[in-house]
Amino acid sequence: MISIKLREEYSNLIFYLSPLVAVFLTLFFGSFIFLILDLSPIESFKIFFISPISNSYGISELFVKATPLAIIALGLSYCFKNNIYNIGAEGQLTMGAIFGGGIGILFNDSTSIFLLPFMILFGAIGGAFWATIPAILKTKFNTNEILTSLMLTYVALFILDYFVVGPWKDPAGYGLPKSVPFPDAGRLPVLFDGLRIHIGVYFALIICFISYIVYNKTLFGFKLRVSGLSSKASQYAGFKYKNLIFYTFIISGACAGLAGLFEVSGPIGLLYRDISPNYGFTAIIVAFLGRLNPIGIILSSLLIALTYLGAEDAQLFLKIPSAVGFVFQGLVLFFLLGTDFLNKYKVSIS
Amino acid sequence: MNTDLIIGILNIVLISTTPLVFAGIGELVTEKSGVLNLGLEGLMLVGAVTGFITLVLTGNYFYSLFFSIISGVILSGIFAFLVLNLMTNQIATGLALTIFGIGLSAMLGKKFSGTPIEGLNPYFFILISFLLVFLVSYFLSKTKSGLIIRAVGENHNSAYALGYNVIKTRYMTIIFGGVMSSIAGFYISICYAPMWQEGMTAGRGWIALALVVFATWKPWRLLVGAYIFGGVAIMQMNLQAIGVKLPGQFFNMMPYLATIIVLVFISSNKLRLKLSAPASLNISFEKNQ
Repeated sequence: MISIKLREEYSNLIFYLSPLVAVFLTLFFGSFIFLILDLSPIESFKIFFISPISNSYGISELFVKATPLAIIALGLSYCFKNNIYNIGAEGQLTMGAIFGGGIGILFNDSTSIFLLPFMILFGAIGGAFWATIPAILKTKFNTNEILTSLMLTYVALFILDYFVVGPWKDPAGYGLPKSVPFPDAGRLPVLFDGLRIHIGVYFALIICFISYIVYNKTLFGFKLRVSGLSSKASQYAGFKYKNLIFYTFIISGACAGLAGLFEVSGPIGLLYRDISPNYGFTAIIVAFLGRLNPIGIILSSLLIALTYLGAEDAQLFLKIPSAVGFVFQGLVLFFLLGTDFLNKYKVSIS
Repeated sequence: MNTDLIIGILNIVLISTTPLVFAGIGELVTEKSGVLNLGLEGLMLVGAVTGFITLVLTGNYFYSLFFSIISGVILSGIFAFLVLNLMTNQIATGLALTIFGIGLSAMLGKKFSGTPIEGLNPYFFILISFLLVFLVSYFLSKTKSGLIIRAVGENHNSAYALGYNVIKTRYMTIIFGGVMSSIAGFYISICYAPMWQEGMTAGRGWIALALVVFATWKPWRLLVGAYIFGGVAIMQMNLQAIGVKLPGQFFNMMPYLATIIVLVFISSNKLRLKLSAPASLNISFEKNQ
């Protein structure tokens, strides 16, 4: 007989252990996917999770992928802690790339050292601006932020499309839908010659550090936690819930915009249609898997970045579509949510 | 305007709106029982791809529809197990279902992308979609089972105290919603397109979710909303045809902007929204409280 009882005391150990359990369950079920595809699970896992990071180039690529994921997820953690579901980070990322990248295109002959800082600033502003729209609609008109932020993602993608096939199209680009390359002054410095890992990594770590301080040492962090647990309690305590919604949206939008700018001024170097392989959506998983904890998010961003690299290698060497990466990401979130059950309930077999 | 043109436009609106009606009415029933399923987009994509692959492999439309429905039962069954038995957060679980569905459909469909098929006549499904709205409306308002679903959605604790099986009721409505979404996906890849392309539902699952709010959880309003929406989406093509000078992308974003505007309009009346939304929507039912 299996008995299920509500836990009287919250277990921190299980809370932080359950992501690991979820990852192991994902690997277990993932091996069935490989078996169905007629591949050896052990060989496949090697190609998926080990060979991509077995040299310095691979490790650099891991950080290239993890940087945008971590930055976006750190921003989203503010929203999610407050029980606000901004799922339009992909659109905010795109807007950041348009705003920041636009500076790099308009001042294409610039050699000024101020160009890059301005691009970064405008990237963050672009993302924050796009996130303000669902925030206003939520606070003024009571509109569901999940749907509006998502719809705005589609709108942002069409705006980017408009610019790269229209006014910002490279005249020397053989008619391809892409902009002129940014000038050297507008490119994000790399950390090591010959590798793509760039200074965005430092930004991710700084945002992680700041978030840690904010969550644990400031009144704002306390308000977020309270209103996340109960918006009524926060209102009784006199916290302005609407302001909190605004701030969290702006923080997460600015982070997503920053990540978008880093992508285009870092690894890509110009604007074109497909600037992001779903980073904005995947970052939602990163945030949950990291338990909305800044350090946890850094760790989970590395793990999820590995699924991107692994999926690319799997496409190359195993001839399976790279979308298998998204399957793993979906599975890991399923299992994580499922194992949360153990946080709330004590299961015993007698 | 001549009559041929008007009939032509109405025809396109009918054909393109039907998947929204299927997915929307399914979600409406799910939400009536108090469960928010954000996984429609994933369910539709997997329904579309399983239907397509089955058709390519067997050449049989019946099998194609059958396996498409099975995919909906399985995926929504997993969703139901998570949110009902393990009491997970419905929003996060729905998002997981969507991401999983996007990945799974892209993975399964890669080999079949671009394979030509002979499309199925959509009019049968269009007819069914109207019938479905009528049946759901009748079922929810006039039958005992419909009343139980509404009771469970309004207050699951009271419904439970009265002896109704909350979990079982919700399993049924979630799976019904999943099946409707997969039929919508089947319709898109077999009747509407007819082809398979990665991410081909293009946000229709999310639009269907918005329609449920727009309809204030009433089946007939959902039908009206879907057709207003379908009309706006088609208007873009005609504006372009008449010669309104705007870049194509601005026409393409119109359906999404229209959704936002409509949502704002409906939601700004806070009281009305509160009165019409199922009171237990998006709240987990915990038996052993």
